[in-house]
Amino acid sequence: MPFGNTHNQAKLKYSSEQEYPDLSKHNNYMAKILTPAMYERLRTKETPSGFTLDDVIQTGVDNPGHPFIMTVGCVAGDEETYEVFKELLDPVIEDRHGGYKPTDKHKTDLNPDNLKGGDDLDPKYVLSSRVRTGRSIRGFCLPPHCSRGERRAVEKLSVEALAALSGDLKGKYYALKNMTEAEQQQLIDDHFLFDKPVSPLLLASGMARDWPDARGIWHNDNKTFLVWVNEEDHLRVISMQKGGKMKEVFTRFCTGLTKIETLFRDRGHAFMWNEHLGYVLTCPSNLGTGLRAGVHVKLPNMSKHAKFEEILTKLRLQKRGTGGVDTAAVGGVFDISNADRLGFSEVDLVQMVVDGVKLLVEMEKRLEKGQPIDNLIPAQK
Amino acid sequence: MASSFTRILSSKRNVGILSLVGGSVAAGFLLHREHVTAGEPLRRRYPASAEYPDLRKHNNCMASNLTPAIYAKLCDKATPNGYTIDQAIQTGVDNPGHPFIKTVGLVAGDEESYEVFADLLDPVIKERHNGYDPRVMKHPTDLNATKIQSGVFDERYVLSSRVRTGRSIRGLSLPPACTRAERREVERVVVDALSGLKGDLAGKYYSLTLMTEQEQQQLIDDHFLFDKPVSPLLTCAGMARDWPDARGIWHNNEKTFLIWINEEDHTRVISMEKGGNMKRVFERFCRGLKEVERLIQERGWEFMWNERLGYILTCPSNLGTGLRAGVHVKLPRLGKDPRFSKILDNLRLQKRGTGGVDTAAVGGVFDISNLDRLGQSEVQLVQTVIDGVNYLIECEKRLEKGQDIKVPAPLKQFNH
Repeated sequence: MPFGNTHNQAKLKYSSEQEYPDLSKHNNYMAKILTPAMYERLRTKETPSGFTLDDVIQTGVDNPGHPFIMTVGCVAGDEETYEVFKELLDPVIEDRHGGYKPTDKHKTDLNPDNLKGGDDLDPKYVLSSRVRTGRSIRGFCLPPHCSRGERRAVEKLSVEALAALSGDLKGKYYALKNMTEAEQQQLIDDHFLFDKPVSPLLLASGMARDWPDARGIWHNDNKTFLVWVNEEDHLRVISMQKGGKMKEVFTRFCTGLTKIETLFRDRGHAFMWNEHLGYVLTCPSNLGTGLRAGVHVKLPNMSKHAKFEEILTKLRLQKRGTGGVDTAAVGGVFDISNADRLGFSEVDLVQMVVDGVKLLVEMEKRLEKGQPIDNLIPAQK
Repeated sequence: MASSFTRILSSKRNVGILSLVGGSVAAGFLLHREHVTAGEPLRRRYPASAEYPDLRKHNNCMASNLTPAIYAKLCDKATPNGYTIDQAIQTGVDNPGHPFIKTVGLVAGDEESYEVFADLLDPVIKERHNGYDPRVMKHPTDLNATKIQSGVFDERYVLSSRVRTGRSIRGLSLPPACTRAERREVERVVVDALSGLKGDLAGKYYSLTLMTEQEQQQLIDDHFLFDKPVSPLLTCAGMARDWPDARGIWHNNEKTFLIWINEEDHTRVISMEKGGNMKRVFERFCRGLKEVERLIQERGWEFMWNERLGYILTCPSNLGTGLRAGVHVKLPRLGKDPRFSKILDNLRLQKRGTGGVDTAAVGGVFDISNLDRLGQSEVQLVQTVIDGVNYLIECEKRLEKGQDIKVPAPLKQFNH
């Protein structure tokens, strides 16, 4: 998977030049890094499960990109993709993750006690707090490449592990193909339901095959801890609640993740992780922590300030609309989250969000009173 | 070949497999399942029953015919190019279908797909082509336009006439499976051949990657330009990969003969003109097709064809002639008559809106064309359209005068 690349051997009868994609109109990391010589060296390779170079880059070939936003343009089909195709992926990772070198080591820190503060973001401004990441189960191919049998096995394992969670993490699984109308409506109302991907970035990589087979949503009874199964990654893990108590959200996130990891290990499975890339996920942009910690925060004045973007960049934060990536901000409410994923630990990133959002709210309050904020503008983190 | 499989077997991943695959797996999953035809052994870690798609909500020809037993038999086979049954059926798994319209739900990745996966394709073909049994029947090819009787319609009713088909270049994989180099080779072979057309067929090629803004606008105005497929039926089959690389449009200077390259098929060939001279449209169609065939043969290529299935195309629905001959015809009264559908059925015609398949009729103007593709020749199908459309026009005229109309007796489908 995806199509047309079933067998790499058949393709080798054509020269590398004849097969090389036309990337003249492209603007993504893959197109920036791939050269004909590199293509020639890598096209004879395959991961043990049969994922090929063309499989890695198909999404980047099919989606030339946006003139202003740099998409990654490649995906992994399994854990070994990052090894076998490192000649392409290491520079892509380096470029995408702010200079992270092939020899760098990534630090994992899921101890919420290491987070300073974060329990007092002003709820008049910070409407909700959320932390998400992804996890892949070692030994199984990733969404672009997995067979139906594998995807179902991932679902089965995940559901069994999640069923063993207890206390405030106790919950229930809703398979996409079995849920009732009522369940579906409830999940929509709770903003939990994910839909079949429509983005051509995802579709072109084959992640939506066989929808909705083996896809589902698990959440705890309190509706504060949520796991998506077999959407863009094997698992997406989300901790969220209304208000500004990011520390609580992060604590539940860490506790939940650690428990889930233990439950998988008890059943003989590990998450894909290594000390260079951290947690391994489908998209190279989500390597390392795979973590996006964010808030929905009211910044109507701040967002109109000429230095808003600059300040966000200095704080290593990014803004999105409240519908998520590629949406617009509504009513001056922004989704503010960490820009980094790799090269910083989970605690580091959440700390940046907590400190950064606190500062932004300070600035917002000043601007409300017509006061200047220049002396608050931070140095580059 | 053996080395990549031993790599799979020795991979540390396999340690985990035993513990997680339950049910009836036993020791079967690690076995070396060989291909029936050339090509490397597939990676298969689960038994066929664990891989069998969930088709309970599906309504397409693939879902109706793919039993677990057939799937189990085919799931470890591949064509010499490496195309598999999972790839062939992916579009049908991803698109459950419409409760009222039954889609085919599978595609061929190459000519050999129709042989290697015959256990599924033969019953699908039989169902889709109204009982044509590829195991025992032969398909007649006839591109002799002189055999057509009448074929010039009343232009007060028929606004335009069109005949289309597709042709595939033998030896190159089809759009769902082709590599970039293969697709570029198709383009090269066809464009090279087309440059040899002369007289009223002389024309020019417009590559999708190279055309200018002006050329693009002209092609849009002429209604010639095709766009990247958006239908999930096509995108799920992988036909839109690498767009717009090696795709283009060729047309003659008179704009009556048009060829699409590397859209849903290697080539789609279209003859058309305003008005009701279907005979001339078909004559040009046959002449153009034969000339293109001669030109590619000069260069050592040929079209995919066999006597069981006729011309081989990507979608099983287009086998045989791959031919759709149709008119845009004004039938405002007949179009509202409750017997319209039955009349069309019996005449072996189908209606579409004037935007093509899946569109609505505007201002009482219908696109009327042949229902059948396989089991009857080109000449037979075009004659069916001519006779049928003449009948429909007669009905419309009678309704205009307040006279009654009759539902005709159903036509025989094909000679067994």
